[in-house]
Amino acid sequence: MKRYSIFSLARNALSRHEDWPAAWRSPEPKTAYDAIIVGGGGHGLATAYYLAKEHGLKNIAVLEKGWLGGGNTGRNTTIVRSNYLWDESAAIYEHALKLWEGLSQELNYNTMFSQRGVMNLAHNLHDLRELNRRVNAIRLNGIDSEILTPRQVKEFCPIVDISPDLRFPVMGASLQRRGGNARHDAVAWGYARAADARGVDIIQTCEVTGILREGDRVIGVETTRGTIRAPKIGVVVAGHASVLAAMAGLRLPIQSHPLQALVSEPIKPVIDTVVMSNAVHGYVSQSDKGELVIGAGIDAYHSYAQRGSLDIIEENVKAICELFPIFRRLRLMRHWAGIVDTSPDASPIIGKTPVRGLYLNCGWGTGGFKATPGSGHVFAHTIARDEPHPIAAPFALDRFATGALIDEHGAAAVAH
Amino acid sequence: MLHIPCPWCGARDQQEFSYGGEAHIARPENPAGASDEAWADYLFMRANTKGVFLERWRHVHGCGRWFNAVRDTVSHAILAVYAMGERPPAELDTGSKRVSG
Repeated sequence: MKRYSIFSLARNALSRHEDWPAAWRSPEPKTAYDAIIVGGGGHGLATAYYLAKEHGLKNIAVLEKGWLGGGNTGRNTTIVRSNYLWDESAAIYEHALKLWEGLSQELNYNTMFSQRGVMNLAHNLHDLRELNRRVNAIRLNGIDSEILTPRQVKEFCPIVDISPDLRFPVMGASLQRRGGNARHDAVAWGYARAADARGVDIIQTCEVTGILREGDRVIGVETTRGTIRAPKIGVVVAGHASVLAAMAGLRLPIQSHPLQALVSEPIKPVIDTVVMSNAVHGYVSQSDKGELVIGAGIDAYHSYAQRGSLDIIEENVKAICELFPIFRRLRLMRHWAGIVDTSPDASPIIGKTPVRGLYLNCGWGTGGFKATPGSGHVFAHTIARDEPHPIAAPFALDRFATGALIDEHGAAAVAH
Repeated sequence: MLHIPCPWCGARDQQEFSYGGEAHIARPENPAGASDEAWADYLFMRANTKGVFLERWRHVHGCGRWFNAVRDTVSHAILAVYAMGERPPAELDTGSKRVSG
């Protein structure tokens, strides 16, 4: 791997930037690997990277049906935070946030991680009490979080309307200053490049069409580019977890919905933090290009179509314009949807399955982006050692039978 | 936006409806005797089909009644609607194993 640095930048400037090497190879798939990761999004690429780096696996493939980061990695609103209620969630999201804090250096790739703070608004007394409870729980876990008064909200983000006569007045907020944004594509590309440098084969336009079993264990996958064998298969897909699981004869507690987002036309810097509101189903930040990146709630119906209904956007834009009157004359530039695999307790499913050698990392619902490094890190451990990483253990599939659910609807809701 | 044909009121905008998820999920016949796995299956496990899917809707801002629909989860086309307690048209019956309701 050619390291990126000020010197390589200067050197390549001399050749008009025409000689940069490809960031990763595009090899033909081999007939067998030691481990196959299904899904070339951030989570899958991170898993492959940590498998190679921390567990010494040399012969790994990542299979992606489309292009790297073209699924939910490229469709989310890029928010990173770790302000979750329960200890299990705090552990995994904070593990991820700590990895985010060193990720650009670790990968030698600028993920544009910006700790600009994430503010969650409260619009009624119940919201405020919930936020207080959550902030207290978060602080007991040693994670930064604080409560702001409406006046402090206004000081932190001056364009928020805090007048008391709003339909949903701002009564306070929680703030995690270490939260923020990262460039979503860069996360996929950075992990891909670093994994490739450690010998991982990244194979795009290679869709898995079947999972091969011999008795109670996996032996490989059928793909659009032929049969590939491996004793260990990690399924890390968003939007198709049930489809992949069904190939191995498993049923999952997953329901797939569209989750929509939109961007405005680009404007000069106007908001230097992330503002979220669960109650009115809106969250907003500003990209470095100047577009406001705005997220909505999920569409109620099941779908695999990567598009949703316009009424969701309408409600979303109404809420955002009421909170931020300054946005009212902006044009909507484009909107899109990703398919999110929601689980009954709004927490992911990570771990082993009843099929030996088959591992699942799915069900991140509306908020998997923030967990990308931590998710890949603990999943790599789970695959390499055939036992769940201690942080991943509570997220096992069997919790739906034991009843040990990790209910994060409050911290997750739609707002991610 | 879906345009949903309510069996009683005719086609209306999706905003008049609420969604009820997968159809034909029957409560365990002997709840007290059902194992944890059987409860987990009833409460949480879902087909989540990609393609032709049997699902429930309620015309909450209209007649208020529940009904079943056959919808393609990729094209969003609604292929049929039918009353609670009935099976879908035979050619669209994707064969849910848990028949009732």
